[in-house]
Amino acid sequence: MMQSIKQQPFRAAVLLLVWGWLLFLVLAPNLLVLGASVMTRNPGTFISLPLNLDAYRQLFNPLYLEVFLHSLYMATMTTLACLLIGYPFAWALSRVEKRRQMLLIFLLIVPFWTNSLVRTYALKLILATNGLLNSALMSLGVIDEPLQLLYTEGAVIVGLVYLLLPFMILPLYSVFEDLRQDVLLASHDLGAGRFATFKNVIVPLTLPGVLAGVMLVLLPAMGLFFVPDILGGSRNLLVGNVIKNQFLDARNWPFGAAASIVLTVTMALLMFAHRLSKRRLGEEGA
Amino acid sequence: MTKTLLSLSGISKQFDGKTVLDELSLKIDDGEFITLLGPSGCGKTTLLRMMAGFELPDQGSVTLSGVDITQMPPETRPLNTVFQNYALFPHMSVFDNVAYGLKMEKRPKAEIRERVEEVLAMVQLEDFAGRKPHQLSGGQQQRVAIARAVVKRPKMLLLDEPLSALDYKLRRTMQVELKRLQRELGITFVFVTHDQEEALSMSDRIVVLKDGCIQQLGTPREVYERPANVFTARFVGQTNFFPGRVTRIEEGRITVDVFGLTRVLGKPSFRVAMNQSLHVLLRPEDIRVLAPDDNEGVAGKIVERNYKGSTLDSVIELEDGSQVMASEFFDEDDPTFDYSIGEPVRVSWVDGWEWLLAEESDEPLTDEEELAADDAEH
Repeated sequence: MMQSIKQQPFRAAVLLLVWGWLLFLVLAPNLLVLGASVMTRNPGTFISLPLNLDAYRQLFNPLYLEVFLHSLYMATMTTLACLLIGYPFAWALSRVEKRRQMLLIFLLIVPFWTNSLVRTYALKLILATNGLLNSALMSLGVIDEPLQLLYTEGAVIVGLVYLLLPFMILPLYSVFEDLRQDVLLASHDLGAGRFATFKNVIVPLTLPGVLAGVMLVLLPAMGLFFVPDILGGSRNLLVGNVIKNQFLDARNWPFGAAASIVLTVTMALLMFAHRLSKRRLGEEGA
Repeated sequence: MTKTLLSLSGISKQFDGKTVLDELSLKIDDGEFITLLGPSGCGKTTLLRMMAGFELPDQGSVTLSGVDITQMPPETRPLNTVFQNYALFPHMSVFDNVAYGLKMEKRPKAEIRERVEEVLAMVQLEDFAGRKPHQLSGGQQQRVAIARAVVKRPKMLLLDEPLSALDYKLRRTMQVELKRLQRELGITFVFVTHDQEEALSMSDRIVVLKDGCIQQLGTPREVYERPANVFTARFVGQTNFFPGRVTRIEEGRITVDVFGLTRVLGKPSFRVAMNQSLHVLLRPEDIRVLAPDDNEGVAGKIVERNYKGSTLDSVIELEDGSQVMASEFFDEDDPTFDYSIGEPVRVSWVDGWEWLLAEESDEPLTDEEELAADDAEH
């Protein structure tokens, strides 16, 4: 009893910190964005009353709808690519010897130490018309003249995959780590071949990791505006570019805020799906 | 009479240069309950995994009903395994766990339902079909694991220390349950354990393993009463090793000097020579503790007494410092039957209850074996 009373101030401080953090740095900014999204654009003060839903209505403008859909398409492609690369990667990673594993994870994290803007520029040097890739392909005689790699949809997706792949691998690695070998053996033992085991046991048991990875890749992939800025040219915009332009160039805060809210809601829906899938596995109280 | 179901011949296996199984051969009869018993690292689990197909031998072959299945993958072997930690599918209900094997066989839905319900009734889990494994107790999960394996009507059930995660009481219950299941199903059970008590009480035959070699193969009674070597004697149950010296050899009999006592014993199956040293083995329950004025036995004093409910276990230190374990049943007619520490007594045994073993160039038990043997006693 005495112990817990003595610990009370510490406990209170920690709780205050956590709640304070959530309140001022998560809840408040989001409320501000939500508030801004339902206000009216004002060239002088950025936003002003009255409240209205014009900004949301504007989202359905075919022009923006197209940008949104194209952005969603590129983000989906990015996510799929990350999943296709990350799933086997994480699986293999979980199977190598423990000491090696740590080294590989370390290598996976090393790029984070370099600013992602710088890394995107590096990618630009590789993909450029007279960049590394084209020179290499030409000197190998695979192609006669440089390919147009830069400023394409593909370049944006490559850039996004490059930046976001670790976010797919890490949650997948964690579920593969938890995947018990004897459960897989049990599946074989009961007559399931490799494919049946993959389909009936491995996929359902790694699904929470897949969803976590998708959450960590899909949404940021719609927001990383500097990737299209550097690699994509004017045609391959992300929702992030729209939001950035609305705030910095067009000075239409309500519209930028509304676009941002749509992203947040999408995220929330994904998180909800993730929770459901975890509950199905009984990881949280059912 | 009995026909061989599974036969292993000349099985060898190495992991990272370490020999786990060494030219091991074993025949398992149809319908028997056979236990692989040994300390950790003796190769018993590897042997079981080889039968299941999870592990391939470096050398040797596995035949099932005369068919070579050495290279056959686990999914096509008509054997099923009950895993140590159950290995249930956490995302499936009890019903789906049990139905899994039948679904893989592509059985019709109605048949699956019927067979799953039948086997769930057998393990008394009819009412839990809709639960998820994490909503069950350890004992219930264990039953699901068994149900999941037997629903496929395998020729053989492989059980890898299936009771080790359960508490003592539940373990006893499950032992009885498993025996009952085996009788009802008539399936051959191969049971892996390091618990000698479990092995003795459940098995038709016991295979005692050490360092990838079979030490002894026999009925529980043979293994306990007539251990083939010092390892088996030490590993299975508690044993007093008395040093004996052969002083006379006659037709069918030898005279042995034990602690200065002269005993005429039956001639053992191994060769004996005059003045040869040998082990005279006596289980604690074979020891008679006599009054200090008795004219039989060796003198000693009580150094430890343990009340065990039905028996009184004591340790007697002899004059030469060696210790003797004795376990006596309570004599209901003798209310004073008990000892105090330090009490002088004499120790003897009934002729013919001893077992003789030649002295081996045997090293003492390694720490690990000691630990495993200790484990096995609890």
